[in-house]
Amino acid sequence: MSQPDVKTPLAQHTVAHAWSRFDEADVQGLNAFLALDRDAAASGVEGTLAGIPVAIKDNLATLTLPTTCASRVLEGYVSPFEATAVRKLRDAGAVVIGKTNMDEFAMGSSTENSAYGPTLNPLDRSRVPGGSSGGSAAAVASGVVRLALGSETGGSVRQPAAFCGIVGVKPTYGRVSRYGLVAYASSLDNVGVFGATVAEAALGLETISGHDHFDSTSADLPVPSMVPAAASGERPLAGLVVGKPREYFPDNLDPRIAAHCERALQQLIALGAEVRDVSLPSTDLAVPVYYIIAPAEASSNLARYDGVRYGARVEADNLRSMYEGSRSKGFGEEVTRRILLGTYVLSAGYYDAYYKRAQAVRTLITQEFASVFASGVHLLFTPTTPTPAFRLGELSDPYEMYLSDIFTVTANLAGVPAMSQPIGLVDGLPVGGQFMAPHFDEPTMFRAAAALEASLSIEEATA
Amino acid sequence: MSVTPEDVRHVATLARLGLSEGQIPALVQQLNGILGHMDVLQQVDVSGVPLTPPDQAAPLRPDARPADVLLRSREAFAPAMRDGFFLVPRLTTHGAQGASADEGDAA
Amino acid sequence: MSTNWELVIGLEVHCQLKTRSKIFCGCATSFGEAPNTNTCPVCLGLPGALPVLNAEAVQLATRASLALGCTVHDASVFARKNYFYPDLPKGYQISQFDRPLATEGAVVIGVQADGTPRVIRVHRVHMEEDAGKSVHDRFRDVSAIDLNRAGTPLVEIVSEPDIRTGAEAGAYARRMKQILEYADVSDANMEEGSLRVDVNISIRPSSTSPFGTKTEIKNLNSFSAIERAVEIEFARQVRVLESGGTIEQQTMLYDDKRNEVRPARSKEGSHDYRYFPEPDLPPLRLNAEYIDRQRAALPELPEAKRRRFAADYALGEVEVEQLIVEQALAAHFEAVARASGDARRAANWMLGTVLASVNASGRSLAEHPVTAERLGALIKLEAGGEVSNTAARQLFTMMEQEAGEPLDLAKREGLLQVRDDSALVGWIDEVFAENPAEAARFAGGEKKLQGVLVGLVMKKSKGSADPKKVNQLLGARAG
Repeated sequence: MSQPDVKTPLAQHTVAHAWSRFDEADVQGLNAFLALDRDAAASGVEGTLAGIPVAIKDNLATLTLPTTCASRVLEGYVSPFEATAVRKLRDAGAVVIGKTNMDEFAMGSSTENSAYGPTLNPLDRSRVPGGSSGGSAAAVASGVVRLALGSETGGSVRQPAAFCGIVGVKPTYGRVSRYGLVAYASSLDNVGVFGATVAEAALGLETISGHDHFDSTSADLPVPSMVPAAASGERPLAGLVVGKPREYFPDNLDPRIAAHCERALQQLIALGAEVRDVSLPSTDLAVPVYYIIAPAEASSNLARYDGVRYGARVEADNLRSMYEGSRSKGFGEEVTRRILLGTYVLSAGYYDAYYKRAQAVRTLITQEFASVFASGVHLLFTPTTPTPAFRLGELSDPYEMYLSDIFTVTANLAGVPAMSQPIGLVDGLPVGGQFMAPHFDEPTMFRAAAALEASLSIEEATA
Repeated sequence: MSVTPEDVRHVATLARLGLSEGQIPALVQQLNGILGHMDVLQQVDVSGVPLTPPDQAAPLRPDARPADVLLRSREAFAPAMRDGFFLVPRLTTHGAQGASADEGDAA
Repeated sequence: MSTNWELVIGLEVHCQLKTRSKIFCGCATSFGEAPNTNTCPVCLGLPGALPVLNAEAVQLATRASLALGCTVHDASVFARKNYFYPDLPKGYQISQFDRPLATEGAVVIGVQADGTPRVIRVHRVHMEEDAGKSVHDRFRDVSAIDLNRAGTPLVEIVSEPDIRTGAEAGAYARRMKQILEYADVSDANMEEGSLRVDVNISIRPSSTSPFGTKTEIKNLNSFSAIERAVEIEFARQVRVLESGGTIEQQTMLYDDKRNEVRPARSKEGSHDYRYFPEPDLPPLRLNAEYIDRQRAALPELPEAKRRRFAADYALGEVEVEQLIVEQALAAHFEAVARASGDARRAANWMLGTVLASVNASGRSLAEHPVTAERLGALIKLEAGGEVSNTAARQLFTMMEQEAGEPLDLAKREGLLQVRDDSALVGWIDEVFAENPAEAARFAGGEKKLQGVLVGLVMKKSKGSADPKKVNQLLGARAG
């Protein structure tokens, strides 16, 4: 579906425009990109994204540029096959101009865990852009591209979108093929999209969605039109019920962020929506559940980096030393920590207490979402993050960092679609509001988000 | 449940991560710190929660569907290759049919 | 020896399923290709690759399970078995673990002294992927990895610890091969590695004692190796326990050349496979209709065939077992029995002349020029006394070389037995005339001369006389 309000700004933003913006705004200094393709040019493919420059997170397999996951263990590795999501973008005419920085293997919330140095927030270079898809968020926020791919395991698109003042979408699990997305935690991983606007993000997601027979968890469903029609009438959201889950507005939430959310909710009411208080009682269990399941899957997913077939290898005279040398040299601190944690929770004697129990609680969380949506609520609205972008180096305790995912991990655990969009400023830093929707109902989410985007002014908090 | 230095050494061995002794105390502390936050899960009543969602089924692929192609040669990404084989340090003990004994055992 | 130790054995059989492509990717499963050429992103374990289950592998695994009398479950779950080895590309093997494809089957390996069948229970059947190959003798200083085999579909068939002797272990493995071949799911060849057998073995002081600590013997590449290895390990365990030692749970390797069993130098204690459900594959779901369809499509299986042959053809136990070793042999036998109307002779011919000819020529039964119909016609001639047994064998050899009905060939070659009274009486008269003394003594009651006289008549007829008839006619002239 083509919308003039999507196509025009995108079409004007050519590859040449991207490079002039890159040089003008000193994007090099942000360290947002790990690889650039300065020679990339429009392929001549006719399509919805013909000639549009895009940036790709470095954990999505691309054919010409390396795919390193910001890890030493994949330094210089160029994939011999292409991620389905990337191929779909190229098939629509998009031009891949570079691979973006990230937390190593997507493990992090600040893009500080990159083997190739942190990415800086384009809005305040003393702060992080969020993570793990910080490079892609910075690439959009700095104006180099209007569309970029990231990946989500616990909020790695929505949180950096919130920190950088742009739109970030995590689709329903299964909506976008994971083929070619380097696995971190397979049951939670999604390819996500950053856009300068809601409609552009929606167009990007629509382009990469669809069934793929190379991914057994890809949903065999038709792809609906996702780009929202321009809002019409006084009350374009009439009939829409938006839930406000009380667990996402705890007493200790920054009152300025709470105030921005309240202003957005009032705006939704003004647009015709009904706002209803709801409860998702197991929300506070989500971070503990996530930090068992994700490291457990990661410990297995990252076993393949053994120096035998590809990637970094430390030569040794025996196999054990080759393995241990290659892996300890190849992986950074956070990755090492999560592999150890994941190995521990899966190991004999601990599996039932940790992994099995976490899976059961995950099912409870999923059931709570299902029952709220079954009760007549169409969407949920929450803050995306508990704080705006923090300073580089500010969060040194691992668990403190993990808590910055507190409002986003639930959608990954439940597999529901979710997105973040700017709703205000705190001390000049952007704040994100999050919509969550039932499985495969991205169109409703985009419709509400676009209406809100069109009518809400982004201003400093007054609370 | 509390993680000991011995536990860290054990899981590092399982995960083939070469750790120096100097790294271990900090990791013990961090893992215990993280796992401490997980204890809340022990209080949750999960009786009756199904382990596999009932609505999912693995799709089946036709036997004849071709594999995805490699657009780059194996030599282009392999760290060590000779005559088409991936090379590894000499394995000390072995069985004839991949019943590999010193580092685990295949099917 | 004061204790009568009981041997307790369970077998784990790994069987490659004969699909065209691998279990989780479209790479060919063919043998003998250049190393690592049958590989793709999936079976190389490249970053970002994902498994997709092969429908044919599921079908063959289901057939195998049903052929073993198992219950096939409507939902089974793939898990990851995590361990590092260079021939395991992902660092984990995708294998069914706590929810296998099928459970609770049974295999009849023979008939017991009291006439009841000897049944070995099958604990479970699950699907998994094969590992690649580590080649150690190719280069001097390094080992070489070939991943062409990685991802070949396997079923692992685990028996209950019901087996009590090395011979039973061998019989179970042979029956397993036979059933898998009948079900047409595998080449099931131990020498080529498409059928691999690991033996778990322990001993206990009596059949009511708790199970002892078991060891596992790997690297068994023939049925007789299984039997030999079991006996060797049994003797070792008895020696250890009777000298006051304890059995260590460990993996042993059988060395065929030296005929010995020795411990693999493995670090058993460090094995912790950290199984968890494979997040890249939803559960495998099979509905009842699918399972019923697979069951209906199974051919008659060895045990049913054994019972039917024994009942319908009045053949001995050993002959029946020999005839049903392979489906093609059994089917050919039945065609010959039908064509000849004589199952007894059909069985003798099949197990004797025909098998010898097939083995010598290297041709399969299906390609053999003496078809079931031609052989049936030949057996009819023999049974009816129209040709002698010796002549029938000569005719069989001719029929391998040329077309034509056996009767026509027998006529042409003069191999038909002469049964016409006048011709036979003529020869007898001639013999009597030429040997008057013997004739007189015979007529006088010296019956023991009959054999000599029959021989002379046969000689005179150049072997064409029907000896039965000659005997009859001579008997009438005895005094």
